[in-house]
Amino acid sequence: MSGIDARVLTISPDRPFRASITTFGALAWSGFRRYSTYRQATIAGSFTNIVFGFLRCYVLLAVAAGAVGNRPGGYDATQLVTYVWVGQGLLAVVGMWGWTDLADRIRTGDIASDLLRPVPPLVSYLAADLGRALHAVLTRFIGPLLAGVVFFELYRPHRPQTVPLFAISALLAVIGSFGCRYLVNATAYWLHDARGVQMLWTLGSGVLAGLSFPLRLLPEWAVATLWVATPLPGLLQTPLDVLVERDEPVTQVGLVALQAVWAVVLLRLAHVVQRRAERKLVVQGG
Amino acid sequence: MIRMRDLRKDFSVRVPAGRLRREKRLVSAVDGVSLTIEPGEMVGYIGPNGAGKSTTLKMLTGVLSPTSGEVSVFGLTPVPQRTRLALRIGVVFGQRSQLWWDLPLRESFRLLRHVYQVPPAEHEQRLRRCREMLDLDAFLDTPVRQLSLGQRMRGEITAALLHGPKVLFLDEPTIGLDVVSKQAVRSFLAELGATGAVTVVLTTHDLADIERLCDRLVVIDHGRVVHDGTIEALHARYGSRRSLVVDLDSPLPAGFVLPGTSVAGVEADGHRVTFALDETSAAAAVAGLVAVASVRDLSVVEPDIEDVVARLYRAG
Repeated sequence: MSGIDARVLTISPDRPFRASITTFGALAWSGFRRYSTYRQATIAGSFTNIVFGFLRCYVLLAVAAGAVGNRPGGYDATQLVTYVWVGQGLLAVVGMWGWTDLADRIRTGDIASDLLRPVPPLVSYLAADLGRALHAVLTRFIGPLLAGVVFFELYRPHRPQTVPLFAISALLAVIGSFGCRYLVNATAYWLHDARGVQMLWTLGSGVLAGLSFPLRLLPEWAVATLWVATPLPGLLQTPLDVLVERDEPVTQVGLVALQAVWAVVLLRLAHVVQRRAERKLVVQGG
Repeated sequence: MIRMRDLRKDFSVRVPAGRLRREKRLVSAVDGVSLTIEPGEMVGYIGPNGAGKSTTLKMLTGVLSPTSGEVSVFGLTPVPQRTRLALRIGVVFGQRSQLWWDLPLRESFRLLRHVYQVPPAEHEQRLRRCREMLDLDAFLDTPVRQLSLGQRMRGEITAALLHGPKVLFLDEPTIGLDVVSKQAVRSFLAELGATGAVTVVLTTHDLADIERLCDRLVVIDHGRVVHDGTIEALHARYGSRRSLVVDLDSPLPAGFVLPGTSVAGVEADGHRVTFALDETSAAAAVAGLVAVASVRDLSVVEPDIEDVVARLYRAG
């Protein structure tokens, strides 16, 4: 058994940061690989997004046709169509719904295995989620976008900074969405079964993130309140507004900065919740 | 190396107290356990269901905070220093998985190398040894979700060892395994323990694991240690004796006494008699018996650890 010696592992002090980046990258790759094993689910998910894309698109176009000046919420028809189709793709990237891994592991007690690793669960789940999001960009994002391009005329950004700003905004949306989902899942530490909270999240987030309809259709005071007091518009509406150039450049940068603030707040909150949960943790089962 | 002093864990459970009312009640899962485990020991930690075995293990690994008492592993306090401790210990929970469910075993191992930041050469060396000894090659590229329980368990044990831990905590590692897989896991652990380089703490319900692997046996019941010592000491304490089973051509005469023994059982209308060897050797008992009776067949049966432990549990 000479190969399995018992030396205490030491992490080289001269490259802790680099090693941490490698670890984070490997965990992100695990998230990517995990989702890449379910090809049929990826195809089925894209198909569903496209079908709902048509429904949403025609509903919004009907709204636009009946609106004063044909510009509901300040969007023209091309911007609305782009909002819908890019939104249908971005929905899978942001992954607002359907992630119950953490809650399931808390309920079954498998969370113990996560806690026995030298990487905090929040970090390892974040890395895996970024890997999942990258997989979704390369697969789930493309289908609805192509459907939009083939069947409708999409909005082409005019400002050079729009696409990079959209990329940053989409990344922040993924992190924000992860933070929200982590908090929703973490309620299982106290409730044992987070399905009720998840249901509430699914219903609330669809409406308040701008999926059901662009939030700009709401009165001005409601829009301002939602943006500042909740992270939800930052999960979908902000990146889409950035891409269709709904606002002036300065406002757009401000909205992305707000997303960044919310991302930090949510991750910090998730960290605090995780710490508290670990202190009272009762690992289920023998 | 591992020290527990008066370690306690209480859980509060809500029990119905009337139609709508529920009352909080404290249940002690671990009730003042004090133990010291030295480097290189292989310790079997057994007890009936709900005795507090897994709870103790969770406190030792930093997953669960003790209610009171002291616990240290390598001088580290498990819960606050869990991340540092994780680098030095390996844990296998037989009923849980630390592998990535959707990924092939090989990728789980590769990921663990990065998670524990193990140099590639060390990782390769340890993995090669495990592959040889646990026969992993046939299913190394199979996703974990498709592995049989025995294959997964071999994967779990490998995963727990790849970072070179000094202590291996095994919580029911042979649960649900077939005979061949059990033997493979036991042989591997026996060889690992024989080097003395890794301390092993093993909880199990399968006492054959303990007999095969552990020099020291700790029995816990209702959260308290009721025995701490060798298996022989347990037999001595509970008066376990070897027994002599004889098949006779005709039943023994009434009132027959075989010196130094007592009759533990009579079957087949007196044609099979079991004598407990209280104060005599098997040879002397056989000699005494053949002098007075026609013996067709006989066997000497070693004391059964399961009987002793069952008596211990019932006494608790």
